[in-house]
Amino acid sequence: MRNVLIIIKKQFRDTLKNKTVLIQFVLFPIMTLIMEHAIELDGMPECFFTKLFSVMYIGMAPLTTVAAIISEEKEKNTLRVLMMANVKPWQYLTGVGIYVWILCMAGALVMATGLERQFIFFYLAVMGTGFMISVILGGCVGIFAKNQMSATSIVIPVMAILSFGPMLAMFNGTLEKVVRFIYTQQLKGFLDGMSFECVKGESVGIVLVNACLLIALFFLTFKRRGLE
Amino acid sequence: MIQCENVYKSFGDRTVLSGIHFSISKGKIFGLLGPSGAGKTTLIKILTGQLSFEKGKASVLNNSVQNLTDEEKKNIGIMMDQFGVYDRLSCTDNLKIFADIYSVAHNVIQSTLEMVGLKNAMNMKAMDLSKGMRTRLQLARAFLHSPSIIFLDEPTAGLDPLTMKSIHKMILDKKESGCTIFLTTHNMEEAAALCDTVALLNEGVIVEIGSPKEMCRKYNHHKTIKLHLISGEDMELMHGKESADEIYQLLKSECIETIHSSEPNLETVFLELTGRKLQGDV
Repeated sequence: MRNVLIIIKKQFRDTLKNKTVLIQFVLFPIMTLIMEHAIELDGMPECFFTKLFSVMYIGMAPLTTVAAIISEEKEKNTLRVLMMANVKPWQYLTGVGIYVWILCMAGALVMATGLERQFIFFYLAVMGTGFMISVILGGCVGIFAKNQMSATSIVIPVMAILSFGPMLAMFNGTLEKVVRFIYTQQLKGFLDGMSFECVKGESVGIVLVNACLLIALFFLTFKRRGLE
Repeated sequence: MIQCENVYKSFGDRTVLSGIHFSISKGKIFGLLGPSGAGKTTLIKILTGQLSFEKGKASVLNNSVQNLTDEEKKNIGIMMDQFGVYDRLSCTDNLKIFADIYSVAHNVIQSTLEMVGLKNAMNMKAMDLSKGMRTRLQLARAFLHSPSIIFLDEPTAGLDPLTMKSIHKMILDKKESGCTIFLTTHNMEEAAALCDTVALLNEGVIVEIGSPKEMCRKYNHHKTIKLHLISGEDMELMHGKESADEIYQLLKSECIETIHSSEPNLETVFLELTGRKLQGDV
């Protein structure tokens, strides 16, 4: 556990100086604050931008940052130095995952400022679940990719499906039938309902299946590729 | 401290190490000298547990490299050219990470950076360091936890003579403190200046092993003495009584500017044994 904390501490030191990764964490919270305050249209659902950007945030930030952090360490051979210093792969991956999750949750807290107080716990629970699943997916990409370039080329299409799929599904019924099997679409449904009562068993099932499949993919990728 | 018995390693059909055999005792500097592609880095990777091997035995700290315990691993320092540093972090922050991992007090960081001559660059970001300073930072990282064995892969490759000299001093200081050092190099002057034992590695095979001086003496076939006279003339005399008399007369008449023995250097020995130069083929 000590090494996990060291990795988290290292990430805090490093990422605060890494603008490309930092922007992933702050982009959507800032956009949400601006849009919620700047745009008001008749008939627009309450907290429309918060809900919309929250789903995009779940699909983008954890995925891209975890993949970027791991692939950068691989490319620059700092990961090998950590391994040689006796940091175990699970300690490293857990440290990076927790770090990204914490920063994303901090972003979600900022985004939640526009919500009514009674919805905040539910909102954070949904966001926390989504971030966790995306972190696992980002870990798969980071482990699979040999360098930052290949990580980016994998992340972009996956991110587009996860983030833009639910948004585009609002305008296209056929697409909605397809993307309903993706966890981000179900999480969007949760956020639209904004209460535990509105959460359907089927939706929870889809999210759980997504999580289990990604966990299995994570272990399979790790078994086949290893961390280095 | 470090032992290799008949180690073999292949990548596909290509054998990169063949029958590697040597042992290094405590407090000695062992140099693996060979041209690029000879298998030096592969051997370091095997000895540090980064690579597996097909045949033979390799042990560090009296334990097989494949079964090193966490405590034993903490007793090993590694500096490889290909190992990176955290570019966005300062020298101090780079070392803080490893100080935490190795449970080293943070005040050791300052003394380690001073030791490698980075005192004034403590707060500089690693990305702003020159190549020499970066190498020093990597050395500091390898020295930080005061390991009893240090592996250095081409520690002075591509550095200017002054930086090279200061790194040599650091390595010798570490030896003085009882550290066992395994270094690879293709610089024969470096090997001769630092190493107690040198192994010449060519195409995965150790072609000669021994102390640099003994090795040079062993391959001193010509046994000549070179004189440079004040008149500008160069003379080469064979060992023997007649030459001794002649040198005596020349010395007496104060005609000699310099006298050199003609034993070969490690480069010449390597060339004789392999037909290859240490830096590029003949």
